[in-house]
Amino acid sequence: MTRQFDFRSFLNRDNNIAQLIVMTILIFVVMSLLSPDKFLRYYNFESITYIFPELGLLSIAMMIAMLTGGIDLSVVGIANLSGILAGILFQKIAGEGGVAAAGLPAVLLGGAVALLTGLTAGALNGFLITKVKITPILATLGTGQVFTGLAIVMTGGPAIVGFPVLWSWVGNGKILGLATPFVLFVLIAAAVAFVLTRTPLGVNLMLIGTNPKAALFAGLKRERMIFYSYMMTGVLASIAGIMLSGRTNAAKSDYGTSYLLQAVLISVLGGTNPAGGKGTVLGVSLAVVALMLLSSGFQVLRFSNHLIDFIWGVFLLLVIALNAYKNRAR
Amino acid sequence: MAWLRRSEVVIAGILLLAMILIGLVNPAFWQADNLFSLMRSNVIIGIMALGVLMIMISGGIDVSFPAFAVAAMYLTVKFMLWSGYEGIAFAFAMAAMIGLLLGAINAFFVYKFRMIPLIVTLGTGSMVRGFLLGVVGTSMININKMPDGLIDFAKIDIVSMTKADGTTYGLTAMVLVYLGLALIVHMVLRYTMVGRGVYAYGGDPEAASRAGFDIRLILFFIYCFAGALAGFAGLLHAGMIWLANPRDFVGLELDVIAAVVLGGASIFGGRGSVLGTMLGVFMLVMVKNSLIIMKIDTTWQRVVVGVIIIIATAVTAWRDQKRKA
Repeated sequence: MTRQFDFRSFLNRDNNIAQLIVMTILIFVVMSLLSPDKFLRYYNFESITYIFPELGLLSIAMMIAMLTGGIDLSVVGIANLSGILAGILFQKIAGEGGVAAAGLPAVLLGGAVALLTGLTAGALNGFLITKVKITPILATLGTGQVFTGLAIVMTGGPAIVGFPVLWSWVGNGKILGLATPFVLFVLIAAAVAFVLTRTPLGVNLMLIGTNPKAALFAGLKRERMIFYSYMMTGVLASIAGIMLSGRTNAAKSDYGTSYLLQAVLISVLGGTNPAGGKGTVLGVSLAVVALMLLSSGFQVLRFSNHLIDFIWGVFLLLVIALNAYKNRAR
Repeated sequence: MAWLRRSEVVIAGILLLAMILIGLVNPAFWQADNLFSLMRSNVIIGIMALGVLMIMISGGIDVSFPAFAVAAMYLTVKFMLWSGYEGIAFAFAMAAMIGLLLGAINAFFVYKFRMIPLIVTLGTGSMVRGFLLGVVGTSMININKMPDGLIDFAKIDIVSMTKADGTTYGLTAMVLVYLGLALIVHMVLRYTMVGRGVYAYGGDPEAASRAGFDIRLILFFIYCFAGALAGFAGLLHAGMIWLANPRDFVGLELDVIAAVVLGGASIFGGRGSVLGTMLGVFMLVMVKNSLIIMKIDTTWQRVVVGVIIIIATAVTAWRDQKRKA
């Protein structure tokens, strides 16, 4: 890679990031003007820092799958299944003091179970996609059903309510005055960004996504790399599941079903190319903040949730049109 | 013996085997009322599957049709109540038209911006459902308010029988509607230029375009047709269950896609048939309905559907690879 190439790709990326920053500021200003007294409250922004990390992680997970031209429709299923398995574990091992009093070892064990669920689920996706050679859309559509289905079988339908206090801290607590999920999100996003841009795995994924045939001739271990990428996606989804169950103190098979569309939207909006080869953690993170501001603004304006769904859909289509327009101009 | 290797024959064989197995577990499966109700459950999913089939043959995928179906159904029923119109011909035409127009949005985005159909239809689906629930309303229209003409139409039976205990049951005439539509789609795919174009486009878009197929016509045709079928099925569904629920059909896209894949259509496009799809629909509906007969807890339904999708896609992937080799 020559230095010039590096420079150009940096500029290109910056262009996209700059647009996202402008969009975020624009949304912020418009919402502030529309309802200055309600939108511009500290509480409003604080609550956003609690809610957006789950969606942010799911979107980053989706972005990773899209890097190789795939998609992961099972992320929400993985997230819920992880939360539910941990919840069941806590209820099984709860001692005298009940679930809430479970100690650190129990919580760590629960976390391990949740992460392992994500890892296994991701590995299953990776296996089906690389070894059995099912298209990512259909493979993850199927496994998503299986994961959600298993969650239903295990809970029988209703939510599992009651998690240890320590577990809830992950979704509700504070570190140094900042929301725990927010801090975790920043750390994890930084780690993923590092993996994607500074390690062989990340660089390989980008190359595979840009030109599968060239990557094959260059001798990249395509299958193994894609396999790892889906495992990463699965683990990120399970972390989102931990946060979700921690924040709401409950886990249910059909939580966050609208997150799926939103995760796709956010990763596309964040500059990810669904055909592969392009996507940054920073872009996705900015997009999730922008859309969270948008939807919180609409909530403040007392729009119904359905209308917000409508707006998300319109937004997705607009972004598609805009991206297509931009690409043509280039 | 080439016909033995046709995917329809294979699917039919598996279907027969599954029927025998289920029948062995619980002989009640073979009773006429169970078979009739199975066929009845085929109608709505089947009509929608015909639309999804066309889109899949073109190499696309559609997850927006349940939203279109529910929008067409709810708006039409609302309109019938508002205007006092009782006929059904215009009502079905209106529902199909709503679906067709919504399908045109999909086609526009897929054609104009060359965007992946999955993402386009995720967007339009969410948009339409959000609009319906957020603007039009969330309240159900139940039996005492539903237009009588619609219910009477959906009640028509081809045959009706009486059980020993005096209850009557029958085979709904809606099966004929389904078969009629299937025949039309089959004819279109097989014998018209547009239909052949759908296969050509699914096989290789670039080649189809160079061979002189009108890509815009093909894309608009399939997405509009699929939308119209969904809208039609939506209204028929409301008539059959005597209820117009604006929250209906959530998650139905997975079942329908599973059924189409089960019927041998390839998601890469260029492959798939109406007969295969109908067999796939029957298989899916039968397995889902038979869980109860086989005394398996209904909570397993989604797992079973998921596993079916995975197995069916694995088999098609394996077949596609073998053909390539």
